[in-house]
Amino acid sequence: MFRDIWMTFERFLHSFGGMCLFLLRMLQFTPGVVLRRFRLVVYQVYNAGALSLVVIMISGLFVGAVLALLAHSSLEQFNAEDTTGIFAGLGLVKGIGPVLTALLFAGRAGTALTSEIGLMKATDQLSAMEMMAVDPVRYVAVPRFLGGVVAMPLLSAIFTAVGLLGAHLVAVEQYGVDVGAYWQQMQNVMDWEDVSEGITKSVVFGVVASLVAVWEGYNSTPTAEGVGRATTRTVVVTSIAVLFFNYMITAMYI
Amino acid sequence: MELGTGLFALLGIGALFFLTTQTTGSDDFNVDDTFEVTARFENVGSLKPRAPVSMSGVTIGRVTDIRFDSQSLEAVVTFVIDSRYDEIPDDSDASILTAGLLGSQYVGLTAGGSPLSLEDGSEILFTQSAIVLENIIGKFLIGGTSGDETESEE
Repeated sequence: MFRDIWMTFERFLHSFGGMCLFLLRMLQFTPGVVLRRFRLVVYQVYNAGALSLVVIMISGLFVGAVLALLAHSSLEQFNAEDTTGIFAGLGLVKGIGPVLTALLFAGRAGTALTSEIGLMKATDQLSAMEMMAVDPVRYVAVPRFLGGVVAMPLLSAIFTAVGLLGAHLVAVEQYGVDVGAYWQQMQNVMDWEDVSEGITKSVVFGVVASLVAVWEGYNSTPTAEGVGRATTRTVVVTSIAVLFFNYMITAMYI
Repeated sequence: MELGTGLFALLGIGALFFLTTQTTGSDDFNVDDTFEVTARFENVGSLKPRAPVSMSGVTIGRVTDIRFDSQSLEAVVTFVIDSRYDEIPDDSDASILTAGLLGSQYVGLTAGGSPLSLEDGSEILFTQSAIVLENIIGKFLIGGTSGDETESEE
């Protein structure tokens, strides 16, 4: 049994180390790609970001609405409905916004990246590029990674803003909390520190989610089954990593 | 594709702008032209730097520094006031008040009647300390007025 545990651990170390080296390799190519192949990056921002807009905005709206519903129903007992804004604001900006965006991003964009790169590998497109002395890391992996890194903070900000609007709809329009109180209470409690925590999280999550997605695709077994498994792993690994980093960054800011 | 990317980037930056400007309220007092005033309190309670200084309910300044003076054994609170309000009588009194029942604490100024005004570097002589809830409850439990007055007026 201990042997099994050790083997699992060793496998984990293998892929973790590989991922770190892969990140370094991508960072090394980043300036060149940004300067010379900027269009590739823009296309990936479109792919990862613009195409995720709908799912992000709809989810954000409902998450904000639920947050306001729950906050309102428990604050009602203390006659403190006016502070619903604080709950919705702090919750969305500092925690739920970046985390849920990262999880949705992993499901919507991360899996697409992994299966795309995995399929390229399975159909020998990556080998073909190597044969032509074109480094697939530079032309396939780096633009996708950068696209995700750029898209993620923007998506997170949109999610949070739409969520605040959803909370506004429930609290103000449905439950009749005063508009001024809703925003004023929020502004009194929150400061730049809170917003910067949310932005830091979304940047870190963007790096993590994009790295995992690209690495899993690049490292997948080049078969139909292997690509499927790599896609599953992308979601699992991203979710765990994001929640772990969420804890770390939250602890850092307290 | 360009259209979609442009829309996405615009929305994202707009949302970031919205979050940084609309949800935070830390910059409701950032006036460059201010003058500095100090006041000594026996007890500042949980007053924090950046707490508002208000007069008649209007924020006119902000606490910049809270120190303990080991000579007089008092807390020295330094705050800046917007220079537009340069006609506050220098015998005004400062008290530490609480916003709402459990809200944060702030410095409230009440106008005096002196013909001279507060200016840079002047000190407010009449102060009233923060009301510490525990002391009130303690007094209430012991019953009536005990010897030690915690909210003494200087």
